[in-house]
Amino acid sequence: MKTLEELHKIREDKRKELDLRVNTKADTQEKHILVCHGTGCTSSKSPEIVENFRKILKEKNIENVRVIKTGCFGLCAKGPIVIIRPEDTFYAMVTPDDCEEIINTHIIEGKTVERLLCKDIGNKVVNSLDELSFYKKQKRIALKNCGVINPEDIDEYIAFDGYLALEKVLKEMTPDEVVKEVSDSGLRGRGGAGFPTGKKWEFTKVAQGDKKYVACNADEGDPGAFMDRSILEGDPHAIIEAMAIAAYAVGADEGYIYVRAEYPIAVQRLRIAIKQAEEYGILGKNIFGTDFNFDLSIRLGAGAFVCGEETALLESVEGRRGQPRIKPPFPANAGLWQKPTLINNVETYANIAQIILKGAEWYSSIGTETSKGTKVFALGGNVNNIGLVEVPMGTTLREIIFDIGGGIPGGREFKAAQTGGPSGGCIPAKYLDTPIDYESLKEIGSMMGSGGLIVMDDTKCMVSLSKFYLDFTVSESCGKCTPCRFGTKRMHEILTNLCEGKGTLEDIDKLEKLAHNIIKSSICGLGQTAPNPVLSSLKYFRDEFEEHAVDKKCRTQECKALAKITIDPEKCKGCGLCQKSCPVAAIKGEGRDKREIDQSICIKCGTCIKSCPFKAIS
Amino acid sequence: MSENKCKCGCNKKDEFLEKVFSEYKPIKDNLIQILNEVQDHYGYIPVHAQTAISEFLNMPMAEIYGVITFYSRFTLKPKGKYNIAVCLGTACFVKGSQKIMDRLKEKLGIEAGETTPDGKFSIEETRCVGACGLAPVFTVNGEVYGKATVQKLDQVLDKLKEKVD
Repeated sequence: MKTLEELHKIREDKRKELDLRVNTKADTQEKHILVCHGTGCTSSKSPEIVENFRKILKEKNIENVRVIKTGCFGLCAKGPIVIIRPEDTFYAMVTPDDCEEIINTHIIEGKTVERLLCKDIGNKVVNSLDELSFYKKQKRIALKNCGVINPEDIDEYIAFDGYLALEKVLKEMTPDEVVKEVSDSGLRGRGGAGFPTGKKWEFTKVAQGDKKYVACNADEGDPGAFMDRSILEGDPHAIIEAMAIAAYAVGADEGYIYVRAEYPIAVQRLRIAIKQAEEYGILGKNIFGTDFNFDLSIRLGAGAFVCGEETALLESVEGRRGQPRIKPPFPANAGLWQKPTLINNVETYANIAQIILKGAEWYSSIGTETSKGTKVFALGGNVNNIGLVEVPMGTTLREIIFDIGGGIPGGREFKAAQTGGPSGGCIPAKYLDTPIDYESLKEIGSMMGSGGLIVMDDTKCMVSLSKFYLDFTVSESCGKCTPCRFGTKRMHEILTNLCEGKGTLEDIDKLEKLAHNIIKSSICGLGQTAPNPVLSSLKYFRDEFEEHAVDKKCRTQECKALAKITIDPEKCKGCGLCQKSCPVAAIKGEGRDKREIDQSICIKCGTCIKSCPFKAIS
Repeated sequence: MSENKCKCGCNKKDEFLEKVFSEYKPIKDNLIQILNEVQDHYGYIPVHAQTAISEFLNMPMAEIYGVITFYSRFTLKPKGKYNIAVCLGTACFVKGSQKIMDRLKEKLGIEAGETTPDGKFSIEETRCVGACGLAPVFTVNGEVYGKATVQKLDQVLDKLKEKVD
C-alpha cells in the first residue's frame, strides 16, 4: 500500500532514472539494452537474447548496463529488435549469437555494429528508430509506452505519468465531468463499430442499478489483428488505469478483463500488473484515500470469435456458451448478471488516461471531422514492413502501405487491402488515396473493424480469399440464428463451387442475394457483417468471379482445380517420361510424338511438371 | 466426491482436480475457467474430469459438454505427442499457409483436429498466433516456426519422426 506522496516520489525518482529511454541527450553514464518481448519477437528467440546479454555482462563485470524486456516496438518484420538507449541505436534481426559482438563493439568500444543496423526503404542504412520511414508518419498515443517501458514493472509505468490521470479524476473531477471529457474528446469504440465512447459511458452512468460493472473486451479474434495483444503485452497498466477511471465515472466497483487464452504472454503480464496495482493500493478499497473501491479480475476466453461481440462476451464471462443476446436491452442497462455494464475494447481504454491528462480539446484536434484521435493497424500480408502502426485518423491507405509499410515486396503490384477482417471488405487500388476514418471505409464497402490491415498483391485470387473468410465465419458462427448458421454455409458452398470450376453466373447472383438476406436478418454483428468480404470483392472484382464461372479460369492460378497443366509443343521432345510418371494416365501420345494432356482426366497433381527434363510442362 | 478418481486404472484420487476445485468457488460462472485449467493440464478434457466438474458445480453433464464443444480451445480427445498447429489467420493465409496445411495433412495422413493412430502427431488449425511478422507460421507444441515453406515443414517433420521413433 502506497500513499499518494509515496507514489509522487516514485514518479519523480523513476522518471529521472529513466530519462535515457526518451531523451538521447540524457545526462547519465548508464545504458539500457531494450529487447522486444512481444509475441512476434519472443517466437524468434528474444528471451534467449536477454539471457545471453545478462550472462555476458555478468561475465565481463560490466555494471551500469541494464537489459530490459519491453513490449512491441511495432516493426515485427525486422524482429527480434534490440534498441540501445540513450543513443537510440536500432539493431534488427538480432540472434542470440550476436549478443557478444554487441557488448564488445557497442558497449565496450563505443562503436556501432554496422551489420546489424536496419535497412530502410531503398536499402538506406539507419541508426535509430526515429530515422526509419516506418515511424515517421506515425503518432503514438495508444502505443505510447509500448517498447519504452518494462511492462512487468509498475514503477516504470508510474514514471511516465502512470496513474496520474486516475489521481486527477478521483481528486479533482466529478463522474459527470469525466464522462463529459470523454464525450468531448470524440473518442469512438476501437473494437470495430465506432460507437461514441462517451455516449456508452453516459448510458451506463444513468442506468439504474445497485451494482454496476466495467468490462474490457480483449477477445481479439480477427485473424491477422494483434493491436490489442500488443497493448496488453506492452502496457498493461494503461488498461487497468483506464478501467478504474471508467468505473469511477459510471459508478461501478468491479471489473472484468475478458482475454483470449491464446495470448499467454498478455495474460501473464496482466496478472502481474493487477497484482502490483493491488499491492500499491491502486486497486482495492478506498483508492488514493477516497471512498472509491475497485476490484479487477481476468476471465479467459477459449477460442470463439463470436465472443468479441459484446453480449456473447457477457455470456462467456458468466461461464456459458458465447451466444449473443438479443438487443435491446443493451449491456449499459442489463449486462453482466443483468446489471448495468460498460464494455470497451482494449485500444479504446488505452486512449483514456491521456485524454484525461491532456484534455478533450487536444485529443479532438487529431483526426478527421467525425473520427478523432489515432488508430492502430496491424499491417500484414504482402507488404515489406509488417508490424504495428498507429496513425492519425484521416491518413490514407497509400501512406500506410507505401510510406510506412514500404510497399509490396518482390516488385509485385498492389491488388487490394483488406480491413476489418471477416467483417470488413477489400479495398481496390483506386481508393488508395481515400483518407481513412469510420465513415469513409464504410462508404467504400469495408469497415474500420478492430484494425487488421492485410495487403494483397496481384497473385491473390479474390474468389479464393472470399472463400477463406466464409470458411472462417462458417466455423465461428455460434449457431443461434438461422440466417448466419445456414446462410454462411450456403455461401461457402457456392464459393467452393466457383473455385472448383463448378459454378455458374446464376450462382453469383444467388450469392449476392443470399448475402443481403443474411445482413438483414442475423441477430448479431457477426452475421450482419459476415457477407461483407464477399460483397466488397463482388463489387470491385466481379470480373474475376465471372471468369471463374464462365471461363473456368483463375487468373492467379491459385484455385488449383482451375489451373490447367499444359505441355509446350515447342519444348517437348517426346521422351515420354511424363507419361510414365502420370498416376492417372492423362497424357496421350506414342513413340516420339509430342505429348498432350487430356484435361478431362488430369487431376493437376503436378507430378509430370517435375518429371520433365526439358521444362516443357507448366 | 466419489467420482473424482483418476481413470487410468490406478484408482487414485485425481489430485490435480482436487487442487483446482479448492481454488474456485462452486458456482457455474467458473465453468470456463476450470475447463481452461483442465485443458492446459491434460491437453484435453477427459470424461472423468467432466463428471467431477458436473458434481462440483452441480450442473448437468450435457450443459458442460455443450460448453466444451462450443469453444475451439477445448478438445475431447488427447492430442498427439507433437501437436502441430498451422496458422490460418489472414496474414499467414495470404502468404501461403494453406499449402503448408495441405502438405501436413498429406504427410501425416490425417485431417485437422485429428491425431495419428499411433498417438505421435496431431494437426490443429489456429487463427493468428500473433507472429504475423514471421508469416506463414506453424507451431510444434507451442514453439513457433516462422517464414515457413513446404521444404521447411518436411525437414521439421523428418526430425520429429526421428525423435519419436
